[in-house]
Amino acid sequence: MSTDANGSDWPLWEVFVRSRRGLSHTHAGSLHAPDAQMALRNARDLYTRRSEGVSIWVVPSASVTASSPDEKDPFFEPSADKPYRHPTFYDIPEGVRHL
Amino acid sequence: MTTMAADAGAYEAVFDAALAADERIEPRDWMPDEYRTSLIRQIAQHAHSEIIGIQPEANWITRAPSLRRKAILMAKVQDEAGHGLYLYSAVETLGARREDLLDKLHTGRQKYSSIFNYPTLTWADVGAIGWLVDGAAITNQVPLCRCSYGPYARAMVRICKEESFHQRQGYELLLALSRGTEAQRAMAQDAVDRWWWPSLMMFGPPDDESAHSAQSMAWKIKRHSNDELRQRFVDICVPQAESLGLTLPDPELRWNEERGHYDFGPIDWAEFREVLRGNGPCNAQRISQRRRAHEEGAWVREAAAAYAAKHGEARS
Repeated sequence: MSTDANGSDWPLWEVFVRSRRGLSHTHAGSLHAPDAQMALRNARDLYTRRSEGVSIWVVPSASVTASSPDEKDPFFEPSADKPYRHPTFYDIPEGVRHL
Repeated sequence: MTTMAADAGAYEAVFDAALAADERIEPRDWMPDEYRTSLIRQIAQHAHSEIIGIQPEANWITRAPSLRRKAILMAKVQDEAGHGLYLYSAVETLGARREDLLDKLHTGRQKYSSIFNYPTLTWADVGAIGWLVDGAAITNQVPLCRCSYGPYARAMVRICKEESFHQRQGYELLLALSRGTEAQRAMAQDAVDRWWWPSLMMFGPPDDESAHSAQSMAWKIKRHSNDELRQRFVDICVPQAESLGLTLPDPELRWNEERGHYDFGPIDWAEFREVLRGNGPCNAQRISQRRRAHEEGAWVREAAAAYAAKHGEARS
């Protein structure tokens, strides 16, 4: 495996960057690297050249389990018929405050 | 109609509806094969252009006239490498393998922008590239931030933010030369004279001769025609050249009150085709340098892979 020295031989990593304290990590992109430490260093060079981040996570892309776009509607359907989960569902008399 | 054909029809309807509603297409969505192929071709060519584009400028790093200029140029070249990586990541979401794309670049089966086959003869060329070549690239790339394919559009947002520095440093460099000695001013003018027409060619052939334009517009990959973007670029550059105190090498360049645009002279498309065909001043040099850099980096990639294997890191 390592005899083929092309970068694509290396696993793909997803990069998440926290832009500043108080915000959550957000997906920034992906890159190839031989191991987690190199992935972190490459992510620093690639995604934070202009102080875009104060913290980076790298995750092997192969470890991400994603919902299928084909089942998008049935998968998310359970939330569609529960409007009572939203505050706007409830009628409150005029003049009632702080509610 | 068979069930499979009916399914394909339904998928296509979902794809068409997403395009019509100006929604983005994402990697795991169904998409027509031609849409995927066309995007792979365009994004790969774009990625290749970024990394080949390093060469004409890196040529001047060791000879930059001051530490300030040298630091700026190194940062710019590092950005170009970064832009190539954003774009290779984007094209991989379509199922292309990076190794294959590099191989296609190295063997001439995929192209890069013809502009990078021109040589950088003087220091002023670094300024002309920043102002004109990056300026033309920005004009092309800003509409790509709204292109229908999500990962490409997101990569372009990052790239456009960074390109602005590239263009301004080039303009500032030319301004310093233009306000310098007579020899410096002449050097700046010579660079602009050589880079102006190739920069206009960066927008691609005229609309009626552009092979992929109509389909790309229908797929909302492309948002404006080649000629429209070229005109926009000319209109932007004329006043900028005046502020620089330099002229653009086109005797037919003049304001057209009726059109509300600058008229400009005919472009030498024969030259453009020759450079595309591989007969530009630096085509062979660019590819051989790229291959050499790739081969000379092999031991670094091997060492990193060996280290990772030894330490038992997760590998896919």
